[in-house]
Amino acid sequence: MSVTPAIDTKTAVSGGKRRKSFVELLFEGRAFFALIAIVVVFSLMSPNYFTVSNFLIMASHVAIFGLLAIGMLLVILNGGIDLSVGSTLGLAGVVAGFLMQGVALPQIGVILYPSVWVVVVLTCLMGAVVGAVNGVLIAYLRVPAFVATLGVLYVARGIALLMTNGLTYNNLGGRPELGNTGFDWLGFNRLAGVPIGVIVLLVFAVICHVLLTRTAFGRWLYASGGNERAAELSGVPVKRVQIVVYVLSGVCAAVAGLVLSSQLTSAGPTAGTTYELTAIAAVVIGGAALTGGRGTVIGTMLGAFVIGFLSDGLVIIGVSAYWQTVFTGAVIVTAVLLNSFKYGRR
Amino acid sequence: MSGMNGSGRKGEVVLAARNVAKSYGNVHALKGVNFDIHRGQVTTLFGENGAGKSTLMKILSGVVQPTSGEIILDGEPIVFASSSQARDHGISIIHQELSLAPNMNVRDNIFMGREIMTATGVDFAEEERQTRLLMAELEEDIDPLTPVEDLRLGQQQIVEIARALSVNSRILIMDEPTSALSASEVEVLFKVIRDLTARGVSIVYISHHLEEALQITHHAVVLRDGTMTAYAERKDIDLEWIVRHMVGDNFDLGSPPEGYEKGDVALSIEGLTVPDPGGADYAVVDGLSLSVRSGEIVCIYGLMGAGRTELLETVAGRLSATAGKVYLKGRDVTGQSIADCIRDGLVLVPEDRQRDGLVQTMTVGRNLSLASIGSFTRGLFTSASREAGLISDAIRKVHIKTDGGAAAIGSLSGGNQQKVVIGKMLATNPEVILLDEPSRGIDIGAKAEVFRLLAEGARQGLAVVYTTSEVGECLSIAHRILVMRRGRISAEFGPDATKEQIMAASGEAVVAH
Repeated sequence: MSVTPAIDTKTAVSGGKRRKSFVELLFEGRAFFALIAIVVVFSLMSPNYFTVSNFLIMASHVAIFGLLAIGMLLVILNGGIDLSVGSTLGLAGVVAGFLMQGVALPQIGVILYPSVWVVVVLTCLMGAVVGAVNGVLIAYLRVPAFVATLGVLYVARGIALLMTNGLTYNNLGGRPELGNTGFDWLGFNRLAGVPIGVIVLLVFAVICHVLLTRTAFGRWLYASGGNERAAELSGVPVKRVQIVVYVLSGVCAAVAGLVLSSQLTSAGPTAGTTYELTAIAAVVIGGAALTGGRGTVIGTMLGAFVIGFLSDGLVIIGVSAYWQTVFTGAVIVTAVLLNSFKYGRR
Repeated sequence: MSGMNGSGRKGEVVLAARNVAKSYGNVHALKGVNFDIHRGQVTTLFGENGAGKSTLMKILSGVVQPTSGEIILDGEPIVFASSSQARDHGISIIHQELSLAPNMNVRDNIFMGREIMTATGVDFAEEERQTRLLMAELEEDIDPLTPVEDLRLGQQQIVEIARALSVNSRILIMDEPTSALSASEVEVLFKVIRDLTARGVSIVYISHHLEEALQITHHAVVLRDGTMTAYAERKDIDLEWIVRHMVGDNFDLGSPPEGYEKGDVALSIEGLTVPDPGGADYAVVDGLSLSVRSGEIVCIYGLMGAGRTELLETVAGRLSATAGKVYLKGRDVTGQSIADCIRDGLVLVPEDRQRDGLVQTMTVGRNLSLASIGSFTRGLFTSASREAGLISDAIRKVHIKTDGGAAAIGSLSGGNQQKVVIGKMLATNPEVILLDEPSRGIDIGAKAEVFRLLAEGARQGLAVVYTTSEVGECLSIAHRILVMRRGRISAEFGPDATKEQIMAASGEAVVAH
């Protein structure tokens, strides 16, 4: 009697495979097709949309959200949420600006002007520390992720405002005689015509993709997001995984902050406000489940490009900023509807 | 609680199931069952875990709808679309898992969803008065304003019963109502049941405490593997009759593997004491000692709450002990993390495979390889080909019926899902495997396969410890049977013990506690 149902399953499943129609294919690649549709529609509506230079400009906008979304994907795969990334982004810009202005040490009467790569490393380290605070709060002190990262959102923003007294660091160019020039390289320079910010995004996406698909850590992350108890009983260090994803999310936010302040050659304490929501939207549009365990880097990248290309396209064809907000919201809700339809069928 | 209309004769059939079947996907929980409930009498449903008792009760109370067959109420066919519709017809069920809101008080729980309203809002005073009456009737000194979370489990059960009584039920289904009750609470419950039946209320009773159930019941129905195997009136039967029909006399779950030399002691537990994880001030495992040799199969039998799960989870590194030592091949592994235990060859197959065993979002293959990721990781990266080899080995070794490693875990039947959990742990090449109720919720064919698998492992030198609450499963592949009761080992038997001996040692067949 145990044999018969197994055969039933087999025919049912392979039958399902044969019936995998065009519609289902469309559904699987919905973020991809949405992106194609956006590009086609805007290209028809404006001659300026479908040009290489416009795509590169839009891509460098996407780079900011994309970097945040990669970190957010890791957290969401773990079944958590990181609301602090927008603030961390702002704080990272301010910290970088602060370091570029020179660090005065009155006790020994010198002003240190760290070179750009030191600034970058220190800023990333700051992002990692913010992430570690989130991780420890959530993994060991059992604060719900929503609350812990909401608190850190306020604290990080507050620190950024305190450091600048609410003002903006405008002079990030550095001076040749101090040997700290080149900060704008991240935002303005191009390699083979591609903005550095976009290349940074691609590098992060590839590293994260390999991390998720080819390493033990990736497997641990999918398992602990899918069922933490089962993962723990299978020997997965679930607490360590949890802390690492928040640290990585913090680092991604710090890098995004560096790229943004480099693009603007200024660092304001309010930069990145509500960017965490855009990052979450990109991850969700990319097909990840907010309950954890499901999602890919490719999907998230598509999600980030859908949001970026849509809002820039609306600007190009002259739709008001208020309508942009409405459209973006509609896309997010549609994506979640489709996700719940997909996972609901299981 | 008044207005119990005594129309109709005592003993006549008030609610009946005719040819009722229920399937969940490929799992046939019930295969055409007839079941009668008699007015003003107690009908007890006997059967092992997974026999279909709870499913049948859920159908009778409208919680689920049968796949086929019909329900007959007072001689008329009827369809319950929901449990509230069944309740409107006077049918209430007290579930095995309590369904109270722990943050609310007793009064609000009893009147939840049908609050007594006046023009100005809820009439709390009247609700409280009625609650006091109910508690007095049940002889329980529980204040209506106590939050439910502050009550003992037994008292919570009483609240649940009071809630069912407060809606004037004429048919009351009790699914394992005594499993959490103390002896005096059981006596109170039985008195309540006798009062209710005297007033014409019909009771359906489900219990694993066989003798206890025999005290109270008028009719006995035995379910096995989704079919009804026997029916009799109380006066015609005894304990032996029930056990025989529950377990079946012809089904063979195998015998202890013989014809090889057992090895040295693989696992040794000395004086292990574990406090209650819920924070109560007694020990769920109480100074327990046990040793298992390589190639030996040990069965731990005990009732719910005997401490079996806590024992295994402590040995495997999930819970921590307050006293005692665990040695693996002579090496002290007490308090080691789960990951370290797996690395050293001590693994646990948890009791609840949905909650603790499987990652539903991953494929069959990735579930199988989850505990041995290290074995196919070279440097930084996992090797897809090595993993595929490990997965196909595991699927072949534990005979999982699947389309392949890429199939969704949800596409498998319960038995095959269980084999995935066992296969996952066997893939780590353990020295000792602990299995907590490995046969829970799987059909009897899959059960036999799981046991054959364990016997095979033992032959190759694996030390096997499994727990069960079904006495028939003790007398199968185990070389030694230990009976656990209240955190201690109360008896030890060889494979030639009888079911009655084992049940007596567990406290199951003892009348009073």
